[in-house]
Amino acid sequence: MKLAEALSAIIPVLRDELVVHANGFISRESFNLNDRPGNFYMIGSMGLASSIALGVALNRPDRKVVVFDGDGNVLMNLGSVALIGALQPANFFHVVFDNEVYGSTGNQRTISGQVALEEIARSSGYRRAQRVDSAAALRSAAQEFFVQPGPSFLLIKIEPDFAERKIGRITHEPPQIAARFVAAITRTEQ
Amino acid sequence: MVTGADFLRSLLDTGFDFFTGVPCSLVKSLIATLEERGGYIPETREDAAVGLAAGAYMAGKQPVVILQNSGLGVCLNALASLSLIYHLPCLLLITWRGYQGKDAPEHLIMGEISPTLLDTLRIPYSVLSPETVQDAIRWASDTLTQTHKPVALLLPPGVMQ
Repeated sequence: MKLAEALSAIIPVLRDELVVHANGFISRESFNLNDRPGNFYMIGSMGLASSIALGVALNRPDRKVVVFDGDGNVLMNLGSVALIGALQPANFFHVVFDNEVYGSTGNQRTISGQVALEEIARSSGYRRAQRVDSAAALRSAAQEFFVQPGPSFLLIKIEPDFAERKIGRITHEPPQIAARFVAAITRTEQ
Repeated sequence: MVTGADFLRSLLDTGFDFFTGVPCSLVKSLIATLEERGGYIPETREDAAVGLAAGAYMAGKQPVVILQNSGLGVCLNALASLSLIYHLPCLLLITWRGYQGKDAPEHLIMGEISPTLLDTLRIPYSVLSPETVQDAIRWASDTLTQTHKPVALLLPPGVMQ
């Protein structure tokens, strides 16, 4: 399963969830598949997508907040996984696309082939932590994933893209990404 | 000197309402007051605290990040490639270890370059003194609202009890 296939299995399950995206191909692929105002694309500050999402989740417990994260990003900010486990936000959903490489810099290896990130999440206190490694398993897990209270961690094993792919960059300016995300957060206040 | 409780009251009166950070002994009374009050988020790294503050801001909060100036080094990229480019402000309350060259060796270089680092990032800052705390917090809040950028208050030793 490639990143685009994994994203295509999850995106149809989303309703009004707020989705913070890690930098690199995760942001770019998701942007090109299905751009939506409730998507925040973090184009820099590698590692911090889960911190940004936690900042939203803690202050809007009425909204479901999702992170589309990567293995390199998670490894760069493991303290955030520990903090999420410690604070137990029920509206926090951590989806990790794990291809065992730093994709956008040329597929250099990470260490997630040796280290089970979902086990780190489980021992940090996430309510649920699971791993899927096929498109069929993902489709079945995705249905349930956002329904049960979190914090939840879904590790999706995917294949790196070794072929040179031209994935378009995010065309919105960063302040525009933030402004429409803010609007998406406030929109459902009724 | 001001107490942590007085300092927090000034922050709250000015509209700041979300608090995270990594501790320093120079602000232990403020963090103790925040912990008593509840809602303080003890982050694991200063750059993660900047990320947390960015999310809190987008969720409608006025965030404060408390850190030692050693942590300013840790969060340079978070400030440059997140807060500044997305226009996601926060108040950085930065304790100034190595102030005037008088401190343990590990603080001396960062103590000397802390204002320069903020200048380089083009982050507005003010140096706190016991007499100017309220005015400085008001200035920080106004500046942050006008510029949509992080604003820093540098806290030397001898300002907070």
